[in-house]
Amino acid sequence: MKFTLNGTPRELDAHPLKRLLDVLREDFSLTGTKEGCGEGECGACTVLVDGQPVVSCLMPCAQAEGCEVTTIEGLSGDHPLQRAMMREVGAQCGICTPGVILAAHALVESTRKPTLERVREALAGNLCRCTGYEAIHRAVLSAHAERHANATSPATAVAHEKEA
Amino acid sequence: MRTPTAPFALRRARTLDAALKILREEPGTVPIAGCTDVYVALEFGGTPGTSYLDLTRLSALKRITTSGDKLVIGALATYTEVQKSRFVRARLPMLVEAARLVGGAQIQNMGTVGGNLANASPAGDTLPVFAVADADVVLAGEGGERRVPFNAFYTGYRKSVRRPDELIVAVEVPPVTGKQWFRKVGTRAAQAISKVVFAGVRGPVTKLALGSVAPTVVRLPDTEMVLNGGGSIDDALRALADEIRPIDDLRSTAAYRRSVAANLVRQFWSETA
Repeated sequence: MKFTLNGTPRELDAHPLKRLLDVLREDFSLTGTKEGCGEGECGACTVLVDGQPVVSCLMPCAQAEGCEVTTIEGLSGDHPLQRAMMREVGAQCGICTPGVILAAHALVESTRKPTLERVREALAGNLCRCTGYEAIHRAVLSAHAERHANATSPATAVAHEKEA
Repeated sequence: MRTPTAPFALRRARTLDAALKILREEPGTVPIAGCTDVYVALEFGGTPGTSYLDLTRLSALKRITTSGDKLVIGALATYTEVQKSRFVRARLPMLVEAARLVGGAQIQNMGTVGGNLANASPAGDTLPVFAVADADVVLAGEGGERRVPFNAFYTGYRKSVRRPDELIVAVEVPPVTGKQWFRKVGTRAAQAISKVVFAGVRGPVTKLALGSVAPTVVRLPDTEMVLNGGGSIDDALRALADEIRPIDDLRSTAAYRRSVAANLVRQFWSETA
């Protein structure tokens, strides 16, 4: 079966029911994707399939055929959200972190500024037993601000000038 | 690593006819789509089947559209697609609310409406909505399509009238008249299976349905009759107590469910007044 993994076309010869999670970790040695609960409750194994967050523990790899799969290794390591998670200490033990980053990725990339409520909702499927979530939510909001810092819209620019 | 592999087999169908042919020729084949129930069962050592049929390529079944005065939700529409659909938002906002509370975003991107029906859990989040909406389940089989009223679809705990060689292809929802109200009570707002789940319509005819209080999702005809006959909410709740049969299980107790079910009906009644 063929699919795109972190931007590169790849071929896979695995049992079609093998979990996408296991394919990523075992067949492609991408161990950044973690197994937490194995039953879709914790979000640790979150990856993006065609841009949408899914839990890779509940997905037969055959369903990824022809899709674009993005894992934490597919981000640069220097993505604003990755930097913000370190800056705000949004990670402690780190098991939930790759999943959290991928679940929040679309919010950070979207030009629309997310509310705290929206961040909470987007991350409702990602359990973290260390941080108490507050630092994670701060990191997402901070990353969004950084990501779009140079994309100030004309309307906002005018408002800033008036304030100044 | 508990990934399901050999001796299990997976087929992938490209057309509905091909899928139905596989179901006819290979009895015991389990249809799968979002896998949010089937893969959990496998993880816990259950064996829903040894042969699986992936439906996710049947893109025509993802469609959410209208036909005459009916809302038609394709069986493979995900909870995310339900929330985004302008038709569902306009006609069936209680289903949007139910879809918003199924798991987190990841589960909403995977799980499907047809899967929620086929899984036939009494705790299925969308089921009370279809019960009060008097929806029809559209089943496809060898002889073509047949429609079954949603309220006659389940015959017992995890049992439905769907034959093993049939597929749920859509849910058809007639216009709903009145205020729609949905509430799910679980351990937490997201990622929790419901302890009690309720949907109600307050209009010319009041309709009520509860999940997790009986072997299947249930309409509450006696309680509805009291309210539709102008009776008081207290009389209605006495009728309710006689027509639900909650049990103690791993998620809650019968006593708690009785109390929450009554509270939900009362809250529905006051908030839709």
